[in-house]
Amino acid sequence: MVRLHDSMALLVAGLLLTGCGGGGGGGEMAGGESAGAPAAAAIDPTTVGTIAGRIAFEGTPPAGSPIDMSEEPTCAEKHPNGASTEEVVVDQNGGLGNVFVYIKEGLGGGPYPPAEGSPVLDQDGCVYSPHVIGLRTGQSLTIRNSDGLLHNINAKPTTNRTFNISQPTTMETTRSFPLAEVMIPVACDVHGWMQAYIGVVDHPYFAISGADGTFRIENVPPGTYTVETWHERYGTQTVQVTVAAQETADMQVTYSEQMAANAVVPLGAPIDLHGHDTGKHAGTAHGGR
Amino acid sequence: MSATAIEHVGAHAVQHGDLPFIRKYIFSTDHKVIGIQFLIMSLGFLLVGGLLALTMRWQIAWPGRAIPGGGILPETMAPGGIMLPEFYNSLVTMHGTFMIFFAIMPLLVGVFANYLIPLQIGAPDMAFPRLNMASFWTAVPAALLMIASFFVEGGAAAAGWTSYPPLSAVAEFSGVSTGQELWCLSLIILGFSSLMGAVNYITTVINMRAPGMTWFRLPLPVWALFITAILVLLAVPILTGALILLYFDQVLGTGFYLPERGGQPLLWQHLFWFFGHPEVYILILPPMGMVSEILANGARKPVFGYHAMVIAICAIAFLGWIVWGHHMFQSGMNPMLGSTFMVTTMIIAVPSAIKTFNWLATLWKGDIHFTVPVAHALAFVGMFVIGGLSGVFMASTPVDIYIHDTYFIVAHIHYVLFGGSLFAIFGAIAYWFPKMFGRMMNDRLGWIHFWLTFVFYNLTFFPMHQLGLGGMMRRLYDPTQYPHLEPLQPLNRFVTVNALLLGAAQLLFVANFLWSMFRGRKAVANPWRANSLEWSAPSPPPHGNFTVTPIVYRGPYEYSAPGAEEDYLPQDRPPAGQPAPAPELVPAQ
Amino acid sequence: MNWSLPENVSTFGAQIDSIYYLILGITAVIFFAVEALLIYFIIRYRHKEGRKAAYIQGSTRLEVLWTAIPLLILVLLAFQSRSVWVAVKDPARIPPDALELRVAAKQFEWNVTYPGPDGRLGTADDFTRRSQLRIPVDRPVRITLTAEDVIHSFFLPEFRVKQDAVPGMEIPVWFQATRTGEFVLGCAELCGLGHYRMRGTVTVQTAEEFDAWQREQSTQAGAAAAN
Repeated sequence: MVRLHDSMALLVAGLLLTGCGGGGGGGEMAGGESAGAPAAAAIDPTTVGTIAGRIAFEGTPPAGSPIDMSEEPTCAEKHPNGASTEEVVVDQNGGLGNVFVYIKEGLGGGPYPPAEGSPVLDQDGCVYSPHVIGLRTGQSLTIRNSDGLLHNINAKPTTNRTFNISQPTTMETTRSFPLAEVMIPVACDVHGWMQAYIGVVDHPYFAISGADGTFRIENVPPGTYTVETWHERYGTQTVQVTVAAQETADMQVTYSEQMAANAVVPLGAPIDLHGHDTGKHAGTAHGGR
Repeated sequence: MSATAIEHVGAHAVQHGDLPFIRKYIFSTDHKVIGIQFLIMSLGFLLVGGLLALTMRWQIAWPGRAIPGGGILPETMAPGGIMLPEFYNSLVTMHGTFMIFFAIMPLLVGVFANYLIPLQIGAPDMAFPRLNMASFWTAVPAALLMIASFFVEGGAAAAGWTSYPPLSAVAEFSGVSTGQELWCLSLIILGFSSLMGAVNYITTVINMRAPGMTWFRLPLPVWALFITAILVLLAVPILTGALILLYFDQVLGTGFYLPERGGQPLLWQHLFWFFGHPEVYILILPPMGMVSEILANGARKPVFGYHAMVIAICAIAFLGWIVWGHHMFQSGMNPMLGSTFMVTTMIIAVPSAIKTFNWLATLWKGDIHFTVPVAHALAFVGMFVIGGLSGVFMASTPVDIYIHDTYFIVAHIHYVLFGGSLFAIFGAIAYWFPKMFGRMMNDRLGWIHFWLTFVFYNLTFFPMHQLGLGGMMRRLYDPTQYPHLEPLQPLNRFVTVNALLLGAAQLLFVANFLWSMFRGRKAVANPWRANSLEWSAPSPPPHGNFTVTPIVYRGPYEYSAPGAEEDYLPQDRPPAGQPAPAPELVPAQ
Repeated sequence: MNWSLPENVSTFGAQIDSIYYLILGITAVIFFAVEALLIYFIIRYRHKEGRKAAYIQGSTRLEVLWTAIPLLILVLLAFQSRSVWVAVKDPARIPPDALELRVAAKQFEWNVTYPGPDGRLGTADDFTRRSQLRIPVDRPVRITLTAEDVIHSFFLPEFRVKQDAVPGMEIPVWFQATRTGEFVLGCAELCGLGHYRMRGTVTVQTAEEFDAWQREQSTQAGAAAAN
């Protein structure tokens, strides 16, 4: 009987410490982590360069699946022309949007200019806006519910701590991720078509391609880097880029539909109840139906 | 036996005065002190459990409106005082958990079993006093774990007090990880506390009855508590096992209840309800016993059908093992099982009906003195009838299709648990308070508390039958999200307002309890002119209870016996013409 | 206090309701009799100066009587109920010409899969709608109910249908609508933070309207899949 108590106490102490600490994982309430950071030193434009370019899509892109919002009239009304899933967003000139571009290797390790502000991930018309968002480690992410109806934000990172929180009405919640992770899928269980991706990196050199496929990463220190592009359906590609001061390094990457078949898409795991780690995840997280 | 008991008494009477405060009141082996320790703990949980329910009711009545005082709650529970759905689910879960496991069950199996059994059988203490102490001090860490679960990341358990997996087993589904695990650990530990108590009660009743206290001279509370202890002994281990499997699924990656890992969600339901149904009889049998006691005393009349009452208690306990499937009619288990369980469930209504008729017959041609305990006992009878009759609806499998998991069930639960168990507990506290503390509870406060509680209780819970029939499901954070429930909102608001008033009325009980403990009118040994043995001991009884082992000459319900001088005849009063036995100072051997 | 049930729109719903009203009648009689007796005894036998209680231990005859009569009533009720229960829940009793659908419950939606015009599930012309259950009137519907994550409960109050959806199990549910209109689909088992909002719409149409809708949906789904 005494032994039982002791081990239970240890277990309990361990659990309580895990529960109260929460230090090792992500998904924490963002405190004022920017508050203590030193004031941003003005960056000298003569010492930095730029990485810019365009992600192109070759061929005919697959159309998004239409989203049936008839059970959520408040949201349906915000899409008078109907809504479709945003898995592949290509404009009339073949530019591929929603590609996450970031420096993967080659950086010295900092110190980097501190993160400013709190990017907003909005739920508007039962669609995440933006569909792909980038964040610094420890930076506060503002999750906004502009619809005034129940959304839950079910984030499933693998390195950071998962969270699943609700916003039953118009409100904002903040979260942050202490560890770098590309990419964290976020979904809403109340509206199963909703899907977004959060890229968390520990430096400021990332961007997301716009609707026309173009992107721009500014204030990059001179050097040679491995830059990775990530797309939710077509996976990753890497490019070697050399940046010189006061110059813009051009980066052109092309994706095509054929890449979907063998795409490697690094992603926080969906719930794996089989209890083993499958390592690389060879599938994408499709939210739409 | 009696010789050993006397020797025990003598030895203890000498030692007791030398005990330091901590051994007298904190780590005490005296069943009376332990009973009162359980009483303080359980009443605390009763109040907090009620507060949780009131918070829930606020949200149901006024969805999305900030809770008054809700600003103190953290952002993860109620940003700006507006409750989040996951916090609501935690409130639902913890209200049920607190009330069933930490309030009602310990009030019966920890307080009254502990306090009454030795006194009513004429024993100086329990068979295993140190085990008894361990039983309380095992319950304390269990309680602390359960409270602590509110303060861990993710908050407290949120899968209902019934904790069905996969929702309760996989943190991603509920959003609660540590809280759900602590819930399991807490109840596993509490189970050990209950088992320790059960072993003690059974042994004590079998082995330590005073001379002349035959089985059929036992007061009905002892019968009820004894049979209940057997139920605890047999049912709680099932829950403990089920909880351990659930905990393993939560932390070790096993798959007892998870289909992806080869398990079955229904396994939990079978195990849980195999415990859960005897559990509800654990929660109602001791109240039934205590009500019999109070009514016979109040009406100055023997319990009508004492033997039938005992048989009914045993029948309820026995049949309680073969009805668990009625919680699972719609669960997906083989529907043919539903038919079997329906028959057994219908049958188990019979012994409860028998008891109800016997209570009525006890009152018939009685001389009923209206005291606060009697009022509560009468309310028990009246309300238990409603709870029992509503049970017939859900016993019928086709009707259950409609009312399962609706507020009709919630109404039933609260009519038997509050209208039944809790009224009986209020009555029992008022009745035995003088014995426990040597003072009477304040009568006027007691009556006001009774009437306010009775009125607001009915106004709170009776409309829930209608809510259920209107199709309102259980555990809904915001009923207005369903078009068919919007017309029921006025009724929901009515329920909430009365619930708040009901909660406020309980403050009177708290005030009465605390005030009377220190300033109540001093009580004599036998303020109710009752027959059972505890009233022969002083109020409160000393350590060891009886200076002389009582000898029992008759049953406990000799009220208004022909030829008796007064309208009561204590069990240990020698028959006329027979001298009182001389106190034995040395063992007979 | 309103003891009536909402309007019933299913065939077996009427049988369920009749059992409910039977029980209501029986329990109402017992309720009034017992409570009236209780109140009467409280008043009639209240303590008065000089009153003496009667010393009555019991009556075996009465015990037998009030054991046997409730037992009889309750067992009869059980057998009366059983035939309705079997008709509703026994898979062997599901009408053979039922429209087959699949409903997969998940946090927090009901995904209803319909057969296409070929009338068979599991073929290429099937299509899925979210939380919209559309059925033809006067025709039995057989649903295979599954759950993807946690236990949910498929509740159609106006049809008197309720069945838990359990992960790892495929459970048959059937019913037949007696009139057209729009009705409620709700979740009746706590399934997480969105449980309170896991609703759907049941639309009952005429056979022609349903067939037309089925064709249109199937074509749209086929077109989308082909892209």
